[in-house]
Amino acid sequence: MVNGARLEVRGVSHAFTLEKRLLPVLEAIDFTAEPGEFVALLGPSGCGKSTLLRLAAGLEPPTTGQLLVDGAEISGTDPSRTIMFQDPTLFPWRTVRGNAQLGPEARGTLRADAGRIDEVLSLVGLASFADALPHQLSGGMAQRAALARALVNQPRLLMLDEPLGKLDSLTRLAMQKELVALWEREGFTALLVTHDVEEALLLADRVLVLSDRPARIRADIRVGQPRPRRRDDPGLVALREEILGLLGMAEAA
Amino acid sequence: MSATVLSAGIAGSRSRAAPAWPVGWIAAVAWFGIAALIMVWPDADDLGRTPLLAAVATGFGGVILLLALLSTSPRLAPRLEPFRAAGPWLLVLALALGAWELVTAKLDLLPRPFFVAPQSLLEVFTDDWPRLSDSVWNSLLLVLPGYALGAAIGFLFGIAMGWSRLVGYWAHPVVRLIGPLPATAWLPIAFFAFSSSHGASTFLIALASFFPVTVLTWSGVSSVSKAYYDVARTMGASPWFLVRKVAVPAAMPSVFVGLFMGLGASFSVLVVAEMMGVKSGLGWYMQWAQGWAAYANMYAALLVMALMCSGAVTLLFYLRDRLLSWQKGLVRW
Ligand SMILES: Nc1ncnc2c1ncn2[C@@H]1O[C@H](COP(=O)(O)OP(=O)(O)OP(=O)(O)O)[C@@H](O)[C@H]1O
Ligand SMILES: [Mg+2]
Repeated sequence: MVNGARLEVRGVSHAFTLEKRLLPVLEAIDFTAEPGEFVALLGPSGCGKSTLLRLAAGLEPPTTGQLLVDGAEISGTDPSRTIMFQDPTLFPWRTVRGNAQLGPEARGTLRADAGRIDEVLSLVGLASFADALPHQLSGGMAQRAALARALVNQPRLLMLDEPLGKLDSLTRLAMQKELVALWEREGFTALLVTHDVEEALLLADRVLVLSDRPARIRADIRVGQPRPRRRDDPGLVALREEILGLLGMAEAA
Repeated sequence: MSATVLSAGIAGSRSRAAPAWPVGWIAAVAWFGIAALIMVWPDADDLGRTPLLAAVATGFGGVILLLALLSTSPRLAPRLEPFRAAGPWLLVLALALGAWELVTAKLDLLPRPFFVAPQSLLEVFTDDWPRLSDSVWNSLLLVLPGYALGAAIGFLFGIAMGWSRLVGYWAHPVVRLIGPLPATAWLPIAFFAFSSSHGASTFLIALASFFPVTVLTWSGVSSVSKAYYDVARTMGASPWFLVRKVAVPAAMPSVFVGLFMGLGASFSVLVVAEMMGVKSGLGWYMQWAQGWAAYANMYAALLVMALMCSGAVTLLFYLRDRLLSWQKGLVRW
């Protein structure tokens, strides 16, 4: 059990230069994720969700504004803030285990973390595929391997960029349960990017609904329902309608 | 190859009887026939080693016959699969030897000494093998250190160019200007600058492998996906770790392309250097044989050189297959 990090995002705006034109991606994003909180980011494709995670991971500095972890400004990457990328980006020359042990290896804690690596691999159901190479995995297995690689680091802030995007619906349900159990057990602060309104509502304490690019926070919705949650819970159904309305999809639902 | 082994395995598990190998039997008979032809038909001219050639052909036939016999056993058949696959080659080689023997030794249709009979070639190996093997040894002694040196420096230099902006800035124009120059163009300068022809040749051979290895390592390192670095950085990787455990392994497929190109270039420099100044090695042997119009010796040296180069490439392929087994669809050599 780790104590989750507190992430403060203060007035963050970010822009890319794309073909010599400035492309604003994030606009005045302001929120705080409390220690141990599970926050979901929901928004249309290309609005800037992945970019926000990259900023919080410290891979890039924001154009304006500040990001703070436990009150200290983020100035670079740190293993306590791990990100599971949208694309699994497993190292093709390493086995599943080799990929999972990347963090400990980079920090020189391989021996101390050996048990943790095995534990995490069986947690994501890949214990029997520990020696498989990435090109021998299915899309969903690759995503689970990437999840294992992130979890090994015992992050205090875990950022998940559509972690269940490539899974079939049954595995997806199982993995959603696993994620919540994991979060409850390990106590990290979670930032989950998803396209799936239902998934956000099932998992998160709070759902931030983002607008089209440049992304602004359109709504900050607290999901009060106790866990384990049921998707047909009337409270959740109502929230779902509300969010779909915000995303301009009310009739389609 | 693996596909045929696999299908043989499946076939084997289905039926216990070994599949027939008619080509093997025919090839064995063909080799015996050629041996008889060599022995019985008198040579048009006085040639040495005719009986030995016939003996060698008989030996070949015997071995193939043995393989054909063994492969009737269902237990041994799968293991002999590589030989079975080579069946058509074994047959065609026998026929080719027969045709060659006919037009040279038996009928004397082709002008000599440029065209040589098979037994004359064989004679080179039996009579001149000390000098021939000495030449191989000297060639290897010259080419391998030079190649290894050039490849090692090229590898390190390529990584530095791909990794460091500063090194890339200064090295890029130089590599671009000097690199495409064939290493043999440096020959006069090298023989002037180095006191020994051995040193000069080593330098040139190293230069020949240095350039392709540098360029392909460099391009491999600079085309590594940024996403890999991002993953490693978020997990606390140091720059040194990024180089060793991300940039280098990701660039390895490209590095091997450079190693293959460098090997070819090194061999061509080797031959030129041995023909120009070095007084030993296969290139020198060929030059010497040609000077005496000893064409059989020249062809023998050519054959040995082909085996040597092919062996080196095979070794490199083996190394690559070991190191890059994580890649799918590697080209088999
Ligand atoms: N390195 C970059 N350079 C230039 N533009 C970029 C870069 N990375 C992202 N963008 C642009 O920023 C915008 C937001 O990208 P981002 O990946 O954050 O979207 P997203 O919300 O994660 O979308 P999706 O849900 O489809 O993954 C996109 O329009 C993209 O073109
Ligand atoms: Mg994204």
